[in-house]
Amino acid sequence: MKNTLLNMILVLGGISAVASAGVGYVYKITEGPIAAAVEANKTAALAGVLPAFDATTPAEMTLDEIPVTVHTATQGGNVVGYAVETATRQGFSGEFRLMVGFSPNGKVLAVEVLQHAETPGLGDKMAGEGNPLLASFRGRNPGGMNLAVRKDGGDVDALTAATITSRAYVDAVARAFNAVVRSTGGAGADADAGATANTRDNETPAAF
Amino acid sequence: MDKLRIILSGIVKNNPTFVLMLGMCPTLATTTSAVNGAGMGAATMAVLILSNIVISLIKGVIPSKVRIPAYIVVIAAFVTVVELLMKAYLPELSKSLGVFIPLIVVNCIILGRAEGFAAKNGVLDSALDGVGTGLGFTLALTLVGAVREMLGSGAIFGHKFIAGDGMLIFVLAPGAFLVLGYLMVAFNRLTAKMKS
Amino acid sequence: MEYILIIISAIFVNNVVLAQFLGVCPFLGVSNRVPTSMGMGAAVVFVMTIAAVVVYLLQYYVLVPLGIEYMQTIVFILVIAALVQMVELVLKKVSPSLYQALGIFLPLITTNCAVLGVAILLVQKQYNLLQSVTYSFSTAVGFALALVIFAGIRERLELDDVPRALRGTPIALITAGILAMAFMGFSGLV
Repeated sequence: MKNTLLNMILVLGGISAVASAGVGYVYKITEGPIAAAVEANKTAALAGVLPAFDATTPAEMTLDEIPVTVHTATQGGNVVGYAVETATRQGFSGEFRLMVGFSPNGKVLAVEVLQHAETPGLGDKMAGEGNPLLASFRGRNPGGMNLAVRKDGGDVDALTAATITSRAYVDAVARAFNAVVRSTGGAGADADAGATANTRDNETPAAF
Repeated sequence: MDKLRIILSGIVKNNPTFVLMLGMCPTLATTTSAVNGAGMGAATMAVLILSNIVISLIKGVIPSKVRIPAYIVVIAAFVTVVELLMKAYLPELSKSLGVFIPLIVVNCIILGRAEGFAAKNGVLDSALDGVGTGLGFTLALTLVGAVREMLGSGAIFGHKFIAGDGMLIFVLAPGAFLVLGYLMVAFNRLTAKMKS
Repeated sequence: MEYILIIISAIFVNNVVLAQFLGVCPFLGVSNRVPTSMGMGAAVVFVMTIAAVVVYLLQYYVLVPLGIEYMQTIVFILVIAALVQMVELVLKKVSPSLYQALGIFLPLITTNCAVLGVAILLVQKQYNLLQSVTYSFSTAVGFALALVIFAGIRERLELDDVPRALRGTPIALITAGILAMAFMGFSGLV
């Protein structure tokens, strides 16, 4: 076709319009499945970090400008644990998101990595089973720990050659713990007071 | 016979990675494991075939001065479609390939084949060229990924064959350059032998 | 402090070519001579910094309000291509000497995936405008630095007796691999 201005504008405009329409159409079709995939990912993570439960109630909050969601898991009306969707912006490659499971008395049960861009082979080991970071937290109440990696004088074993990732991980877990403390009205921090905190939660779930 | 030759040429004689040396960024970045390499190759192949077909169909109506922007729009649209589909149906893979899926747009292979082949040939041939070049790219990426995974993590397609970590450097950035460099040497030797 | 961290991380620790593999094509293609590589580096710094501003404004004042973030790839690549053309035209008019120096590299930048990559990354990292500009400027400086160092090594390599099978791209890749190892030493910096 000839190189007249009208031709060029018509053809480019036409192609752009068709392309945009096509992309928009595919977006509409995939919108549902994408949301479903994100949801499935979250459900799997919830099941991975919590003991058996039959319902969860999410509560959203913002700590240090980062959105955090506390899912309170209940089984037959009793609180069996908290799963916290937490994040940090201090990762080696920016933000990463974790799901941290807590027992009702504030002990870390498990941690799953929801989304990250850490270096393959170094920082991404934080997602592996039995890595030193997870091992440092599992079964312990972060409220009774010095929350920093050993290099900085804390109680957490860092990943080899991935100190930045490790610091960020600690930051994210600490944020998760603070979120649980806040959502249980400050009592969740103390392992001994955990039981009372639960009963109070059951009576007034709206207290968050 | 000619049709077969179009496909084969993309795999061996004009292999995009080892011979034309196009699309280096995804080749290096997404090959930390064989599965990731294959996934990236397949995504690129899908875009390549689709864009080759469409560009070959519309080549007659595009004024020559705006052909490059027109090709880019077509390619970008298909990349977005592939990106959305992967997010919906292969969320794990799309997560691990990350930013490199949208970057298929600037992969020189695709624009190169659009300009160099699809703009001059018929629809069927262009589609076959897409298949061949795409296969060549996918095979190369899978190979680089497999070598890096074997050396770096002691595993192949996710199946570990040694305990422990392997030589970490091959999963990290330097290993990508080294593995690709030496594979290129091997490829050159092999094709030189085949010719003589 | 935050900005210093972004700068050091983008130039050295997460070097765009040697750690993130963005812009490898020009890295291998335009690194035969030090002066050429400096020209290319400068052109990339120029375009990438402007692109950051434009992309930021587009993302947050056009795409997000319209709810069409999924059109990101198409819009960004077209804007970058148009931007490169515009920079070329403006440079030609305003500063012919600068155009002389950078002119031939500008068209090559459209297909430099580092520019689009950085544009997408700064949206993903949710940087604000100032952070975006800092990030893309330092990323581009990191690109220029890697390119110039690499060109310096390749100039010397040409005088050496490289085994035949390794000549050309293979030895360049292996050199880049060793350079990437050296850059890994910076990872203790932040």
